[in-house]
Amino acid sequence: MSTVLRLASITKSFGSVTANDHVTLELKEGEILALLGENGAGKTTLMNILFGHYAADEGTVKVFGKTLPSGRPRAAIRAGVGMVHQHFTLAGNLSVLDNVMLGSEPLLRVRSRRAEGRARLLALSERFGLSVDPDARVSGLSVGERQRVEILKALYRDARILILDEPTAVLARPEALCLFDTLQSMTRQGLSIIFISHKLNEVMAAADRIAVLRGGRKVAERTNAETSPEELAELMVGSRVTRPKREAHAIGAPRLVAEDVTVHLDSKPALKGVSFTAHAGEILGIVGVSGNGQVALGSLLSGVAAPETGRLTLEGREIGGLGPRALIAEGVGRIPEDRHAEGIVGELPVWENGVLERLATPRFARYGFVRRGAARGHAAGLIKRFDVRGATPEMRIRLLSGGNIQKLILGRVLAAAPKVIIANQPTRGLDEGAIAAVHAELLRAREAGAATILISEDLEEALSLSDRLQAIVGGRLSQPVAAGEADSRRLGLMMAGVWEELGNAV
Amino acid sequence: MIESLDLLFSASLWAAVLRIATPLIFGVLGALLCERAGVLNLGIEGIMTMGAMIGWLSVFLGADLWTGLLVAAAAGALIGLLHALLTVPLGLSQHVSGLGITLFAAALAYYLYRLIVTVGESPPTIEPFRPLDIPILSDVPFLGPVLFAQTAPTYLALISVAIIAYVLARTPLGLAIRMTGENPHTVESQGLDPTLIRIGCVMAGSALMALGGAFLTTAAFNSFFPEMVQGRGWICIALVVFSSWRPGKALLGALLFAFLDAYQLRLQAVVEGVPYQLFLMAPYLLSIVALILVARRARVPEALMTPYRRGER
Repeated sequence: MSTVLRLASITKSFGSVTANDHVTLELKEGEILALLGENGAGKTTLMNILFGHYAADEGTVKVFGKTLPSGRPRAAIRAGVGMVHQHFTLAGNLSVLDNVMLGSEPLLRVRSRRAEGRARLLALSERFGLSVDPDARVSGLSVGERQRVEILKALYRDARILILDEPTAVLARPEALCLFDTLQSMTRQGLSIIFISHKLNEVMAAADRIAVLRGGRKVAERTNAETSPEELAELMVGSRVTRPKREAHAIGAPRLVAEDVTVHLDSKPALKGVSFTAHAGEILGIVGVSGNGQVALGSLLSGVAAPETGRLTLEGREIGGLGPRALIAEGVGRIPEDRHAEGIVGELPVWENGVLERLATPRFARYGFVRRGAARGHAAGLIKRFDVRGATPEMRIRLLSGGNIQKLILGRVLAAAPKVIIANQPTRGLDEGAIAAVHAELLRAREAGAATILISEDLEEALSLSDRLQAIVGGRLSQPVAAGEADSRRLGLMMAGVWEELGNAV
Repeated sequence: MIESLDLLFSASLWAAVLRIATPLIFGVLGALLCERAGVLNLGIEGIMTMGAMIGWLSVFLGADLWTGLLVAAAAGALIGLLHALLTVPLGLSQHVSGLGITLFAAALAYYLYRLIVTVGESPPTIEPFRPLDIPILSDVPFLGPVLFAQTAPTYLALISVAIIAYVLARTPLGLAIRMTGENPHTVESQGLDPTLIRIGCVMAGSALMALGGAFLTTAAFNSFFPEMVQGRGWICIALVVFSSWRPGKALLGALLFAFLDAYQLRLQAVVEGVPYQLFLMAPYLLSIVALILVARRARVPEALMTPYRRGER
């Protein structure tokens, strides 16, 4: 097999931070190479250098034996490199064909050759089994479909080397499996692929070869056959990271109780007569494939949506429909699903974000003025106690990595000693180290007697943290099962809606 | 009552509609082009004033009328460049910069005017564009005077609508412009330069706005006075929203507003006992109503008013 791509000794610093430190990497024709590393290990920077978004301080990029000029995306595209970004670079108001054709023609051509473009797009879509409608508007497409458009965009420009940045971060599991099938078929047609990931199981499932980055350096390179998930985890983190274990302990009185609750979103029923009981000192896991009512459940429990029918009570008092602020005052802590949209205000400094939910309390405000000293001190305390790395109270929070933002949100919730914690997909998109930290904190809150509702798509996470589990399917909840009686097979069946015949519910 | 309906069938009303619409068509096209690339250009009012002044001044100093228009457009592009530099590479607030440009350009226009014409003097006049008298066609009853006896810049405005519509919809450049207004990061990742595209669009758009202003002094009237743009620029900004950022609909919006304006002028003479201020208000009120009805479904360019910084999301 010939080498199609060679990165030689790439070095790149941003200020005092070295993002890439003499990284050398080779890609062979027809192989899938995984670039594995935690958030902040320098994976995305490396790929942005390869694609010409950034100019490297040192080192060269050779594609098919020719050195690319640095900092020129157009040259990378010409050389046959295509990149599928993590945050898709599509325009929602325009059609699929518009998005694919942009930049593929000379800018000053008098008439765009759209008929040809359409035929070519359809041919590619056929050849690689990526079905799309050229005239659909992108904003109406699902994330999976948008990703297909991104891939087709690269193929349309005759990409021979495809780079995918965390391609599965936005996909549900079946879509991810489908994507990997597509990638395999592409390599059979001669394409070479690099994908970036921090998920061990998908790297093991899909890659021929795996390069591990840590702290900006390449620390190891293995073929799939000669390594194991355990070894990769260790290489990636630098030491063995183990997720904390749930210890059995006595569970207290019922705290948060829903009885036959129905919730409408956009005037359609999204939760249909659900009931559950979360006890003090208990983690109740709600598992399910996304899109089955999790959004409505999250909205109900954070006070954004009110129940149409049924009761939601906290220690016996009705709290359904009280509104978010009242719920926070009642002792409900929320870790929202979309941390960037609902959890934080990116442009504000860390200290303001740290007190966002409690601005009206005497501790952080007096006579209508924010007590800055107290708020700053609070933020400094959160940063220290919850190990929010790279943060100072004054910096804009959006400059932090996802894992560190999540630690701050978690800290904000836990510092208020909540009675109930709503943790909605608390570790989505986080790396192994951050996941372990989040899990440990949730378990500590459980020890302290909080009742936690854990809404998660990640079966492994739900199984390891929850005392009891319920599946959410089509807006309905199954009967709860105790953790001891659940395994991933049984949960899988429950998530598919097969729960009536299982019997022996707890 | 009958009289007010009769007005609707007079050729002079419809001829006036096209005439009143012309500066609006130029202005709305210019604003649309800027916004399609993602830049709000509130400098429009000042740029139109400057266009009006420069167009008139060039002719007054001896240039022919077409050269006057050309110089006005160049002056517009230059002011556009200033707005573009402030908002695109420097990424300053487009509102603030635009309003500043309006104040600056209007004041500068008046200042330059006063260097030539002293206070108290009656405004000097020039020989403006004459209505074209297209042989045969202009003799057709009704349609003749409406469509074929306008001044030349009116036809230029109509042709510009067709050109801008074609470029945006049918050419690779138009796609790149639209994409720049939707998601400049995409444009960059295809190896094109969104900064250059935005600067170019703001300059071209500002040139069109200046032509709209120049029409006022070189065709509609024959002299310059400082308040002559009279909020037409602001109307254009509203018309862009009304048009959902589409050139064809923008033309329609300009014609609709011009019709209301022309009609109310004539109604004032016919209907008695109603304060004329109410008539003056009518086009603006009806524009607001139309805006409410139409604009709710409008698709705003996603990156409008969002500065683009390379390597940052």
